[in-house]
Amino acid sequence: MRYQVKEKLLSVGILAPSMLAIGVFVYGFIGRTIQVSLTDWNDIVSFMQGEFDFVGLQNYLRLFNDSRFITGLWNNLFFMLFFILGALALGIMMAVFINDKPRGHFIFQNIYLFPMAVSFVVTGTVWRWIFAPGSPRSPRGINMLFAQLGRPELMWRWFTSTFSIGPFNIALVTIIIAAVWQFSGYTMAMWLAGLRGIPEQLIEAARIDGASKWQIFTRILFPMQKAITLSAIILMAHISLKAFDLVYVMTGSGPNNVTDIPAVYMYETTFRGNNYSRGAGISIILLMMVGILIIPYLINTFGEE
Amino acid sequence: MQDYGKFKYLVYIILFLLTIFFLLPMYVLFATSFKSFAEVSRQAMWLLPSEYTLAAFAEAYTRLIPHLRNSLVLVIPSTLISAMLGSLNGYVLSEWKFRGSDTIFALLLFGMFIPYQSILVPLVRFLQTIGLYGSLQGLIFVHIVYGIPITTLIFRNYYSDVPSSLTEAAKVDGAGIFRVYSKIFFPISIPAFVVVIIWQFTNIWNEFLFAVTITQTPAQQPITVALNNLAGSQVVQWNVQMSGAILTALPTLLVYIIFGRYFIRGILAGSVKG
Repeated sequence: MRYQVKEKLLSVGILAPSMLAIGVFVYGFIGRTIQVSLTDWNDIVSFMQGEFDFVGLQNYLRLFNDSRFITGLWNNLFFMLFFILGALALGIMMAVFINDKPRGHFIFQNIYLFPMAVSFVVTGTVWRWIFAPGSPRSPRGINMLFAQLGRPELMWRWFTSTFSIGPFNIALVTIIIAAVWQFSGYTMAMWLAGLRGIPEQLIEAARIDGASKWQIFTRILFPMQKAITLSAIILMAHISLKAFDLVYVMTGSGPNNVTDIPAVYMYETTFRGNNYSRGAGISIILLMMVGILIIPYLINTFGEE
Repeated sequence: MQDYGKFKYLVYIILFLLTIFFLLPMYVLFATSFKSFAEVSRQAMWLLPSEYTLAAFAEAYTRLIPHLRNSLVLVIPSTLISAMLGSLNGYVLSEWKFRGSDTIFALLLFGMFIPYQSILVPLVRFLQTIGLYGSLQGLIFVHIVYGIPITTLIFRNYYSDVPSSLTEAAKVDGAGIFRVYSKIFFPISIPAFVVVIIWQFTNIWNEFLFAVTITQTPAQQPITVALNNLAGSQVVQWNVQMSGAILTALPTLLVYIIFGRYFIRGILAGSVKG
C-alpha cells in the first residue's frame, strides 16, 4: 500500500522520544556507571570536576574483600530465600482458600492485598515500632508484650541482634516478616488469576474420581500453576535485590551490618561517603544479579510472540 | 467450601489468623496515633488509647502538609505524561509493528527491572548539568522516563486484545496512524488508562530511592522522605510518626479501596503474559 512508508516513519517517530529516553537513561547511564566503576572516583572534589583515573577491576576486587559487602550479599541471599518462601507459602494458601469462596472471601482477599498499596517507608516505620527491642529493663514493642505476658525469657534483640546461625544473621527475620507481610498478597493475586483459568470440569472430574482436596492441589493445581509460580519467584527475587527502602527505613545496616544489603551499602557509600566508584561497582554487581534473573524471564515471557 | 468437610473450620481459623497478621500494623498505627506523647512511652503501648487525642495528628499534619503538597505536585504530571506516552507506545507496538519493533519493546521493558542504583550516579550528574538536581521538576522528569516501560507494557497488552480486524479494516479504508488512534483506540482506552494511572500514582507516591537522592532541600521533599525524616529527630515521638505514616498511606489506600479491581490488574500487568 502507498501509505505504508509514511506510516512506518510515523510509527518510529512516535516511539522515538521513548527510545531515546530509555536509550540514554537506562542503557547509556548503565554504560556510564560501568565506566565509573572502573575508576578511582572517590571524593567530592573530583566528582564536581568530573576527574578520575582508570584503575581496572580494582573496585570489584576490593568489594569482594570487603566484609561489609560480603555480609550484605549473604544477608540479601537469605532475605531473598526466606522472603520468597514465606510469601509463596502464605500467598498460595490464601489463593487456594479464597478461590473456594469461603464466606467473606472478598473481604479476606482485600485485607491480604492492601499492603501492596502501602509504601515501604510506611511499612518500615510500623514494623520498626513493633520490633524495636528497647532495653531489658524497659522493653518495647513485642518484647514489652512478652514481659507483660510473663514470658520475659522470650525477649530478644530483634533487628539489633548480632546472633547468627552460620552466615545467617537472625536479625533479618524482622525484615523478612515485614516483606512477607507486604508481598504475600502479590503471590495470592497472581495465583488467583491463574486458578480462574483452570477449567472447572477438570477439578470436578478429579473430585468424582475420589481425589482429596490435597491431591487436587498437589497433582493438578500446583503443576498447572508452575509457570505462574516461577514468575512470582523471579519477580520477588528481583524485588528483594532492590529492597532498599524497606531496609533503609526499618533498620538501616544495623550493628555489625546484621541487616545490611548491597543496595543500602551502595546508597551510603555513594551519597554519604562520596565513594562514587565503589558505589558504582556495587550497583553493577546488583544489576548483573538482576539480569541473570530477569533476562531469561523476559525472553521466555515476551520473546516468543 | 463444602468439600473441606471437617477441615472447614480450620480454614476459617487460618483465614482469621492471617487477617490478624495483616491488620496488626494497622492496629498499631491507629492505636498509637490517637495517643498523647505521655501515653505512648508508657506500659500501655499495645493497648488502645485511654484518652483519644488528635494532638499527634495535628503535629504530623503541620509538619507534613508541605510534603503532601509536594507529592501531589510530583505525582499528577508524572502520572499523566507517562500514561500518555505509554498509550502511544503501546498502540504502535501492538498495531503498527515493523521489523525490530518487538526487539524495541523488549529493550524498553528491561528498563523497569533494573536496580535504579545502577543509573543513579550518572543521573545525579545529568540533573546537575541541566539544573534540575534537587528540584521536584527533576524528580517529575525522572519518574516520567522510568515510568515508560511499565505504562507501555500495560497499554500494549491491552491493545493486543483488540481484534486486529478492526485496525485492518480502518487501514484498508485509508485511515492513518493518528486517525486510527484517535477514532478507535483512544476512545476504548479508558480502562487501561485507569489501570495505568492508579499504578503510576501509587508507585510514584510511595517511591523513596529517587526521592531521597534527587531532592535535597526539605522544601522540595515528597512525603515519603519527610516521613522518614520524622524518625530522625532526637526524641522518637512515636505517636507523631504513626500519624505521619497514616497521612502518607491514606491517599494510596483510598485509591486501593475505591479502585481495587484496577489496582490488581496493574499488579498482574508486570507478571502475566498479555
